[in-house]
Amino acid sequence: MSNIPSNLKYTAEHEWVIKESDDVIRVGISDFAQSELGDIVYVEVETVGDHIEKDEIFGAVEAVKTTSDLFMPMSGEVIEFNPTLDESEGDDPAIINEDPYEKGWIIKIKISDPSQWDELLDAEAYGELIG
Amino acid sequence: MTKLTPLYDFHVNQGAKMTDFAGYMMPIQYSGIQEEHMAVRQKAGLFDVSHMGEFMVEGEDALAVLQKITTNNVKSLKIGQAQYTLMTNEEGGIIDDLIIYRLDEQKYLMVVNASNIKKDWDWLIENKTLNCRTENVSEQTGLIALQGPKAIQILKRLTDSDIESLEYYHCMMGQVAGASSVLISATGYTGSGGFELYINSDQLVSVWNDIWEIGQQEGLQLAGLGCRDTLRLEMGYCLYGNDIDETTSPLEAGLGWVTKLKKTDFIGQSALIKQKEKGVVRKLIGFKMDGKRVARSGYNILDGKGKVVGEVRSGTFSPCLQTPIGLGYIPKDYEINNKRITISNGRKNFDAEIVKTPFINVNEYGN
Repeated sequence: MSNIPSNLKYTAEHEWVIKESDDVIRVGISDFAQSELGDIVYVEVETVGDHIEKDEIFGAVEAVKTTSDLFMPMSGEVIEFNPTLDESEGDDPAIINEDPYEKGWIIKIKISDPSQWDELLDAEAYGELIG
Repeated sequence: MTKLTPLYDFHVNQGAKMTDFAGYMMPIQYSGIQEEHMAVRQKAGLFDVSHMGEFMVEGEDALAVLQKITTNNVKSLKIGQAQYTLMTNEEGGIIDDLIIYRLDEQKYLMVVNASNIKKDWDWLIENKTLNCRTENVSEQTGLIALQGPKAIQILKRLTDSDIESLEYYHCMMGQVAGASSVLISATGYTGSGGFELYINSDQLVSVWNDIWEIGQQEGLQLAGLGCRDTLRLEMGYCLYGNDIDETTSPLEAGLGWVTKLKKTDFIGQSALIKQKEKGVVRKLIGFKMDGKRVARSGYNILDGKGKVVGEVRSGTFSPCLQTPIGLGYIPKDYEINNKRITISNGRKNFDAEIVKTPFINVNEYGN
């Protein structure tokens, strides 16, 4: 069974979201997503500093078997890429497999439309989505 | 209706991630593709590949029928020998790649891809003659692949057969873990050596359990179809449905070495002779990505000016090299003059280098 912490919000694209402050959110992929992907070998985020709309692509995850795009859960500016995942720094993308909700966070976003928060799924709704 | 192999319950109990592959529920991975992959390269891995198809071909005309429908020279096969070969259609397109074993004077076993069992069987029946008996034994035949440098130590503890003298692409009948009439074959799809064991389905689970119990002392790990793919791709082995199909010819795919154009008549021969005389237009090449983005099957291959010149057929992340690798078709003329290609997923371009296959030297990984 997948771990779905109740203090987080989710998207149908299997991302989780938590509020760091009123206008900054932290984003990663769910336990279900990392398990489906299998061994994650690379995370590409080349959009730090870019303003991107909700549901648009901000990066990609490479697993051995498959590639998965990453989508913005809310509109805003990508302000940070987790240095642990970054190839030029920590270079440890497999941390997402081990700890998807804490050390394996992917980006932080300065959000431009706080009302989009209400469109995210709660743990119960996400749990139903993945069955 | 999805089929199950006799080992289905074992896989599920071991927590394998299961998937429908060619109509069979098969284990994709147990502990993780990279860990399983490295176990096969360094020690040993145990695969259930019972989904593969097996046809028995016997009788006075068996040799002639096989010569007619396959590209390699079956006549050169001695009893106890195996041969990698292809079936081609009249146009020279590949119907399937397969192994033929010569079990006795007039008795052969064909081993075909699970996804092609029906197509291949129909083709065999259509082309067989009166004095050739055929039987589709796929359902009652289980297949275990015990692969890796430690495979021989593990198997030695479970058989009295002289497997140490068994050369690559040779086979013998023997007793393994109490099961009689096991076809022990020194073949595989990993490049790391080992054996494939053809066993009556009734005895499959008990043989598997014995290998698994003994093997763990030598570092044996369960291995799924996920690492079977990464292992074969590191060796540059073709996968039917990806790198080869009915629209590709053996000469384009680099399989000229199993296509004996000078042997007796076979289906597809005249088309292939013509193709060889004219020269092939495209060629299957290996490539290594500059970065860490993986080229997946279906991505376009572009030339230096951004024009589409070919397509990726297989792509994965190589656990041994820790870099993405792949196979794809490009024009032969381009390959002669260039070592660099660009690969596009439709939104972004990635640079890659054309390299020779195999991508790795397996001896650097085994111990």
